[in-house]
Amino acid sequence: MDRREFLGGTAALAGSLALARPALAQSAELSFFYPVAVGGPITKLIDAYAAGFEKENPSIKVKPIYAGTYQETIVKALTAHKSGTPPVLSVLLSTDMFTLIDEEAIVPFDPFIKTEDDKKWLSSFFPSFMENSQTGGKTWGIPFQRSTVVLYWNKELFKEAGLDPEKPPTSWAQQLEFAQKLTKRDAAGNTSQWGIQIPSSGFPYWLFQGLTTQAGATLANAAGDKTDYANPGVVEALQYWVDLAQKHKVHPPGIVEWGTTPRDFFEKKVAMMWTTTGNLTNVRTNAKFPFGVAVLPAGKKPGSPTGGGNFYLSKKASPAEQEAAFKFVRWITTPERAAQWSADTGYVAVTPAAYETEAMKKYVADFPQALVARDQLPTAVAELSTHENQRVTKALNDGLQAALTGTKQPAQAMADAQTEAERILKSYR
Amino acid sequence: MSGAPQPQSVASSRPDPYAPKGLALTLESTGAILLALIWILPLAYAVWAAIHPAEYTTRFELTAPLTLDNFTRAWAAAPFARYFLNTFILVTMILAFQLVLGTLAAYALARQDFWGRDIAFALILAQLMIMPDALIVENYRTLAKFNLIDTIPAIALPYIASAFGIFLLRQTFKTVPKELDDAARVEGASPLQVLMKVYVPLAKPTYVAYGLVSVSYHWNNFLWPLLVTNSVESRPLTVGLQVFSSSDQGIDWAVICAATLMTSAPLLVGFLLFQRQFVQSFMRAGIK
Amino acid sequence: MTNRATATIHGWLLLLPAMACLALFTHWPAIASFVDSFMSTPRARRPARFVGLDNYQQMMADPIFWKAMANNLWFAMGTIPTSIALALLMAVWVNDRIAGRTLVRMAYFTPTILPMIAVANIWLFFFTPQYGLLEQIVGAFGGRSTNWLGSQDTALYAVTVVAIWKEAGFFMIFYLAALQAIPPSLGEAAAIEGASRWTFFRRVQFPLLMPTTLFVLINAVINAFRMIDHIFVMTRGGPDNATTLLLFYIYQVGFGFWDTTYAAALTCVLLLLLALVAFVQYGWLERRTHYQ
Repeated sequence: MDRREFLGGTAALAGSLALARPALAQSAELSFFYPVAVGGPITKLIDAYAAGFEKENPSIKVKPIYAGTYQETIVKALTAHKSGTPPVLSVLLSTDMFTLIDEEAIVPFDPFIKTEDDKKWLSSFFPSFMENSQTGGKTWGIPFQRSTVVLYWNKELFKEAGLDPEKPPTSWAQQLEFAQKLTKRDAAGNTSQWGIQIPSSGFPYWLFQGLTTQAGATLANAAGDKTDYANPGVVEALQYWVDLAQKHKVHPPGIVEWGTTPRDFFEKKVAMMWTTTGNLTNVRTNAKFPFGVAVLPAGKKPGSPTGGGNFYLSKKASPAEQEAAFKFVRWITTPERAAQWSADTGYVAVTPAAYETEAMKKYVADFPQALVARDQLPTAVAELSTHENQRVTKALNDGLQAALTGTKQPAQAMADAQTEAERILKSYR
Repeated sequence: MSGAPQPQSVASSRPDPYAPKGLALTLESTGAILLALIWILPLAYAVWAAIHPAEYTTRFELTAPLTLDNFTRAWAAAPFARYFLNTFILVTMILAFQLVLGTLAAYALARQDFWGRDIAFALILAQLMIMPDALIVENYRTLAKFNLIDTIPAIALPYIASAFGIFLLRQTFKTVPKELDDAARVEGASPLQVLMKVYVPLAKPTYVAYGLVSVSYHWNNFLWPLLVTNSVESRPLTVGLQVFSSSDQGIDWAVICAATLMTSAPLLVGFLLFQRQFVQSFMRAGIK
Repeated sequence: MTNRATATIHGWLLLLPAMACLALFTHWPAIASFVDSFMSTPRARRPARFVGLDNYQQMMADPIFWKAMANNLWFAMGTIPTSIALALLMAVWVNDRIAGRTLVRMAYFTPTILPMIAVANIWLFFFTPQYGLLEQIVGAFGGRSTNWLGSQDTALYAVTVVAIWKEAGFFMIFYLAALQAIPPSLGEAAAIEGASRWTFFRRVQFPLLMPTTLFVLINAVINAFRMIDHIFVMTRGGPDNATTLLLFYIYQVGFGFWDTTYAAALTCVLLLLLALVAFVQYGWLERRTHYQ
């Protein structure tokens, strides 16, 4: 596919800002941290975007820096902020917003929103993506590389178990019932096929947030300074997860590795898995059987967290650089580009308008599973995010793993996690 | 490698009365081979996964088709050529500095009698225990102050003065006969000339043995390079491998194994070719 | 100028480059860690200030710190004796004329050459439940399925095994070199006196290997506090900190939580531990070791 062609299509904005702002007349260099493993297909896409933007805006040089995982990218962005030259623009986790604000590393986008057109653009994003892009009445991040948790199921195994291969579970009770039917045990008591698998290594809180939202609980307030880990709804959600493994034995015991979960699914060791929409393309290429993608089953209500990255503007950059960065962000989030980006990567397109474009319609006609993410967004909630985010989520992660490995009762695990989070967050209120 | 003809090691040139014979030898060989099989298992698996299609990563069937696809995919998926270059520059830079700095310091400690020598030696030995990895937080700040983050020298700097190297070379220099030193001086050589003409040539096995340890250590070092590098231009192989293998999409062992084999091939082949020389240089270097 | 003064100038000039680097990257950061551990972590609006023992009090109350200490102790006790014993065994075997000696020696040494960060992915496969290699082997014998890395009871053992695998072959080289340097005449003399092979090993070879053992021991101790590469890939310290080692925790606190002064306090504990070990080793073992 020739990306140049498609990028060249909208050469409308070019030049206008460069003339209006003399500061931009000398070329601005726009360094830009991007969290991805280097060299993969995504870097080629980003490079093409950068080239396309430069073509339309010759005065701005875009320099993408591929910084590795999100975790590594935030480390690098923050250290660069503390000592040295931070990148003008970064794509970092939406959950890092409070941390970045506390470190005074970023500026809000609001000063750049001047015209009616700008305002319209800002309100064009899915509201659930803006939940953790805005706080205190200001917009600190612009959604870009976003995802959500969905359920993948193996249609072949459904058929074998006597289930309708076209009907995924829609409630917690049904999820358990299906999982029981889908679990296969041999004579010795060893399980050769699990009904369901929810990964719990690394960042279990994210998948767990699906369960808590479905149980009607909220893990943290919008100001990011108070958590509610010990809420009965949270405990109920954890109890459900723990029971799947320990009581009903339809979910592997102990910690389920995130990295091997797709492989477990391909190997038919598990019939249903929860994982990110970011895995769509991977599953599509590697699954040797028909599979389905569904919104997560509902508890008291349906729900899932959003995830992924936002654009952030560096505070240390010059106004001219910030202006150039803003321009790039607007440019790359137009419906056409958002649609193409989604089709190429499997990430969720960030605006409803993107789903109305021709490119998107063509993509989903061929691959309807890609629409599931969009359908889930109305019930989606912001990913858990607080001040001192890493520490506060680690408290929850540790509690979850303790309960899943059977060293603590769910209620106890969540009470301990809440105490720890309280200790950390007290000084932020 | 060192070129010195050493046809047989001393131990095996005469019959060893304690060499196991008969049943004992068979038992010992079996034990050794069994252990070797366990030890080689990860490498063997890497070869298996790398040369078979992804479906066979977890299934061991003799009839599985062979492919080089994983290698091409891995090579295309990350700028390994650049990582190779970075690692090569890195280990060369570190080794060169370690040898120069170590030689000078070791010579002073071994053969100069001066005020403060013992204190200096103690201060150097402190690094044997306070390894640079323990000081990542402060060292990071220092390098950030020098504006060196994300450069190859930043990875190298904390390691270029090596207590281990200095210690080894000092031990070796101490075994050089004093008469050789005196003779060179009588002929009017300066201390530095004496060092270059007398000590350094005699310490060749030590340099080789130390070089092996240093190169394999820094070729595989991970934590510190992970912290101080951001970009393809400075990232060594290990960090490149990690960035490459940790993805949202889960683990693709076939490609990871192919990448692992590609990136460790130079060291593996090097050791295969020179293993006898390595062991002998360790022996003659007195690292024992 | 006296001879002594010239020698002092020469001596220090030769030492200068190495000492400067050591001062900058070993001595200074050690001192800075100590100083920083009494300060608060600077945040954007709150510059660092002196907080006395706050960081240490926090540490005493921090269950993860204690967990990391305990884990590290088990990790050290698991890796140090096992890898040294295995290294010695390997060296003795490879020193004899066993079948396929060259290949066996190479097999033992491969872990040293393979980057831990890459091999950890392979070990992850070995430990994976259901279709992992270990599971396939255990399953073939009808054993029970185990989630090695996903259970708090086994995760630390699993990462310990990987560490032993990694370092035993490296230590073997040192023992092998030392064994080959033992004069054959000693063996001949012992044989004439009718000593058994075990006696010969215990009374002659092993004492002669003492300097090597000391050297290897120092390395093994340092490695027990340094080897965390595989943790990054295999467990990230989980489940519930069951495999969090001290250095990994320092990394998390320093570069994940950005609590640099608490990380400094943790660093001081690590340095203190290492110093203690060094003190014991040099004091106790040096006396029982015959250096030439």
